[in-house]
Amino acid sequence: MTLKLLSKAVFSKAMGLALTGALLAGGGAMAQAPHPEEPENIQWSFEGPLGKFDQAQLQRGYKVYREVCAACHSMSLLSFRNLGDKGGPFYAPRYPNSNDNPYVKSLAAEYEVDDIDSETGDVIKRPAISADRLPSPFKNEAAARASNGGSLPPDMSVLAKAREGGPDYIHAILTGYRDPPAGLKVDPGKFYNPYFPGDLTSAWSGDPAHIPHGGVIGMIPPLRDGLVTFDDGTKSTLDQQAKDVSAFLMWAAEPKLNERHQMGAAVMIYLLLLSGLLYASYRKVWKNESH
Amino acid sequence: MSNLAVGATTDPGHSSDDPSRRDFIHIAAIAAAAGGAAAVVWPFIDQMNPAGDTLALASVEFDLGKVMQGQQVTIKWRGKPLFIRNRTPAEIAKAVQDDNASMKDPAKDADRTKEGKQQWMILIGNCTHLGCVPTFGGGEYGGWFCPCHGSVYDTSGRIRKGPAPLNLALPEYAFLTDTRVKIG
Amino acid sequence: MSGHSTYQPKTGFERWLDSRLPIIRLAHDTAVSYPTPRNLNYWWTFGGILTLCLGVQIITGIILAMHYTASADHAFNSVEHIMRDVNYGWLIRYMHANGASMFFIAVYIHMFRGLYYGSYKAPREVLWLLGCIIYLLMMATGFMGYVLPWGQMSFHGTVVITNLFGAFPIVGEAITTWLWGGFAVDNPTLNRFFSLHYLLPFVIAGVVILHIWALHVVGQNNPTGVEPKSKADTVPFTPYATVKDGFAMSVFLILFATFVFYMPNALGHADNYIPANPLVTPAHIVPEWYYLPFYAILRAVPDKLMGVLAMFASIGCFFALPWLDTSKVRSLRYRPTAKLYFWIFVLACLVLGYCGGRLPDDPVIPGLKTFILGDSDPNSFVWLSRIATAYYFAYFAVIIPVLGLVEKTLPVPETIASPALSHPAPAKTEA
Repeated sequence: MTLKLLSKAVFSKAMGLALTGALLAGGGAMAQAPHPEEPENIQWSFEGPLGKFDQAQLQRGYKVYREVCAACHSMSLLSFRNLGDKGGPFYAPRYPNSNDNPYVKSLAAEYEVDDIDSETGDVIKRPAISADRLPSPFKNEAAARASNGGSLPPDMSVLAKAREGGPDYIHAILTGYRDPPAGLKVDPGKFYNPYFPGDLTSAWSGDPAHIPHGGVIGMIPPLRDGLVTFDDGTKSTLDQQAKDVSAFLMWAAEPKLNERHQMGAAVMIYLLLLSGLLYASYRKVWKNESH
Repeated sequence: MSNLAVGATTDPGHSSDDPSRRDFIHIAAIAAAAGGAAAVVWPFIDQMNPAGDTLALASVEFDLGKVMQGQQVTIKWRGKPLFIRNRTPAEIAKAVQDDNASMKDPAKDADRTKEGKQQWMILIGNCTHLGCVPTFGGGEYGGWFCPCHGSVYDTSGRIRKGPAPLNLALPEYAFLTDTRVKIG
Repeated sequence: MSGHSTYQPKTGFERWLDSRLPIIRLAHDTAVSYPTPRNLNYWWTFGGILTLCLGVQIITGIILAMHYTASADHAFNSVEHIMRDVNYGWLIRYMHANGASMFFIAVYIHMFRGLYYGSYKAPREVLWLLGCIIYLLMMATGFMGYVLPWGQMSFHGTVVITNLFGAFPIVGEAITTWLWGGFAVDNPTLNRFFSLHYLLPFVIAGVVILHIWALHVVGQNNPTGVEPKSKADTVPFTPYATVKDGFAMSVFLILFATFVFYMPNALGHADNYIPANPLVTPAHIVPEWYYLPFYAILRAVPDKLMGVLAMFASIGCFFALPWLDTSKVRSLRYRPTAKLYFWIFVLACLVLGYCGGRLPDDPVIPGLKTFILGDSDPNSFVWLSRIATAYYFAYFAVIIPVLGLVEKTLPVPETIASPALSHPAPAKTEA
């Protein structure tokens, strides 16, 4: 009970406000501003105690990331080899060592990474190998901000764990763009999103009792119907793309989820069995003792 | 000890109706707990084995084009020095000539190189004695000399003199093309 | 450790060792023959569970330290390295992170059990004080451990907590600068916190040994609060308490495993997966759940220094407790009035914990706006936490001392075994 109450407290809607202000146009949140809208609860394949990632979905999600998100968002904690790891989008049982996976190698080779020429010491470009990290689209934070109107596109490696609501939240942001309500001033190059945490008090000229939910985001609506062509023939709707890339980001943030759920099942069965045995033993020991 | 009125000191071993079932339950419970504890130990041990990023760099590809004849390049592979030597015909001839000489760890030069690529001598650069890094050009066999304890290797990396017990080790490698080799 | 030892060396080696280092005797007297009140309920199993928690934290912690890099530049990435690349690193890290929460769940139950059954009363004052010291050390260890992943919550939590010391007049600024090793929380702070986080668990283990020693001198309390008078009141620790503790530990591990395997981040905070950035503070800073009641007390007081003092005093109350309680009766089982106030106290702690996780000005009842009382609407978490804080201190300072003098208690049994026990043994041939 204690736990439930307290964890509820930690999970309160107010937490939504705690998201980084990096993309925020306004800045500090005030208590009076309404909380962002609650993201739609999606049924993900990886939810529940037996849930695991849907490999086809991860492959589609990688494609969305590669063709759309990667233009601005880095994933610097990921190496190409991770894509071929067990549970990953391009895992093939034939290649238990993902470094040997030819598809992973070809994905890596699509990128060029910086290296140092061992003879001249010059910075050179070479095709990436599977052990390389995914290269970042910008050289540094200043360059990223300069190219994005002052906003910093966050690194996506653990994004799905770094946002309250996780993949539900990412899906909601991607599909949640709306025209700003009349009375809300949105700067050019910024976009209204009711799921994005923020404080619109100062930009709102309407009824002060009805400040709109959400905030103003620096990201142009990135997805639209048909933007990405899925190789497996899945209809490429905005919603589908958003779901797939959210699932992909969840995998990137928690690559050992499949393994965790599997081991969890074994541990649970074991512990239930052990508890049963210990209880029987306990009853036996105490059988003839008043207590 | 004689006060059994409320069973305070009853030995549970003598108070049960069915000793065999009682014993079985206790033994099963203890065995299950011990088994669980043993299973938990494995992750705690395995975590010290090489991690994923370390294993990822366990194999490297190297472009041989830059190594001129008579030159040696030392690269780091799995944290160890790796000698990649482009041998001269004289070095090869010397190595082949000594194939039948008396050695601690007899080996043919042809078995220590890849067929048709006999100029390429690829060796793990740790002395088989205690792991120091030998230098090329020392000692009387024209090969490597280990400064730590005076082990002498020939141009095929075979141990000829000194305390080292074995020839310089060969890594697992394969030629991808004429000038590209994958080690590991 | 106390009383007469019943250990009898059986083999020649045991006799040889016993006359040189009586370590087997110590183990036997502590964990085998030690007389345990026969009426202990499951609330008494948390001592064993806490030992298990400490063991898990130390083992997983030593392992994590093999892979972790204590440096502001690398700490966050080294934790992700553990999660992604180290064999079973995800398991070990999630065990350690959730293990801290489990440790605190167990310690809170253990403390409230002591509170309810009067386990702090004479002659167990030192035992209780040692427990309070362990709790303080746990809080310090947990706090410094939360800093190590160097996420946003780690960083800004550290900023907030270390700034508490700045509230003290004159020396405050010097103390914070000293704690930080600089002008702000930075690399030196992280390094010293890592060093201390590694050290303190071993200090805890040391105090735990003293705690157990004291326990074995005065003996365990029990639900009746009546001291065992004869062997009829007790059973030997092994197998009776061992098997019961073992069963309770196994059940507790089910809870632990549920968090580790199915909701490993539920007790953490999403912001801590964002690398620390000194230039941007998360909109809503909250400590880990186990500090929330104290955090609520801190925020309930509008003055900075007084808030900090109130927070420290709220923990200090536990140290003073043995001398605040005036009641002659130990267990609340026979104190119906005190029992009622106790449960209100538990509720107050839960309410404080809830308030600590909310924004102070948010309304408790959504949508209801009344008037401004002092600095905010009475329908706000800050006012709710003020009420709970007032009760918290009144419980220690007024209710406990006064109630012991004026309340009407129920009759206390002569001995543990004299009234019928709740689980009587089946009738058997009496000797």
